[in-house]
Amino acid sequence: METVAEFSLELLRAGDRVEFARLVESFSVSIYRLALQMLGNQQDAEDVLQITFVKAFQHLGEFEGRSSLSTWLYRVATNEALMLMRRKDASVSLDEEKSDDEGDSFQPHELADWTKLPEGDLLDVEARTQLEKAIRSLPVRLRAVFLMRDIEGLSIRDTGEALGLTETAVKTRLLRARLQLREKLSAYFGERLRQENKK
Amino acid sequence: MIHEHGLECRDLLGNLSEFIDGGLDDETCEKLRSHMSGCENCRLVFDTTTRTIYLYQTVANETALPEDVRGRLFNTLKLDDLIKPTRRAHES
Ligand SMILES: [Zn+2]
Repeated sequence: METVAEFSLELLRAGDRVEFARLVESFSVSIYRLALQMLGNQQDAEDVLQITFVKAFQHLGEFEGRSSLSTWLYRVATNEALMLMRRKDASVSLDEEKSDDEGDSFQPHELADWTKLPEGDLLDVEARTQLEKAIRSLPVRLRAVFLMRDIEGLSIRDTGEALGLTETAVKTRLLRARLQLREKLSAYFGERLRQENKK
Repeated sequence: MIHEHGLECRDLLGNLSEFIDGGLDDETCEKLRSHMSGCENCRLVFDTTTRTIYLYQTVANETALPEDVRGRLFNTLKLDDLIKPTRRAHES
């Protein structure tokens, strides 16, 4: 989902307003979506969106390349989101937890084959609520990686740069995030499948 | 469970993300495919994980920036004069 628009770094560095407006147009949806999924609150997401671009405008002169520019935006947005989260819960952190090292903690358990459910069922109002619930229940260190990599389409490398993680850490967390979400959705859709079959 | 080629379920699990993202060499992919054709559980984990990602991407694709949020953003940045009329209403 990475935007493909090209920007003139020269114009941006020179503080060109038109070029900056194009940048805002291009990335505002992604940044807002990321913040909204991190925080689960529209007002907080809007605050993060505004702060991110205000800071971007102040630091335009420092951008060195297109990749560093988008990574920079995601990094600022994530840091702002984390700060907002910490105001409500001081323990919020991107740091590794002990439990992450317990090797088999992400062994799949739910083995219902719900993939054949019609797409209408997989994306109805109730299912969407469950999708939302599942992602909100992920620890933030996993959620952030999943959102950047799978939703915003950043590479493993850029995700690592934006979050200050090594590529290995990104890969480990991505797998855990995907498997945990799979587990939660499987529990929910598996139950629906059983209800379906009873009919 | 140990299958032919010495490939086990946990090898598949360990490589699952890269397999999904297409970051593995042909030989490893072939081994994983062959494992899955004989291991129902791994096939299922693969299918449901891919589907999980797909569902989140589908929902995310529908997320637009609310007009009022967009308006306030451009206003904060003093770019009101450069705000373009909504394109997304027709595009999506
Ligand atoms: Zn297996």
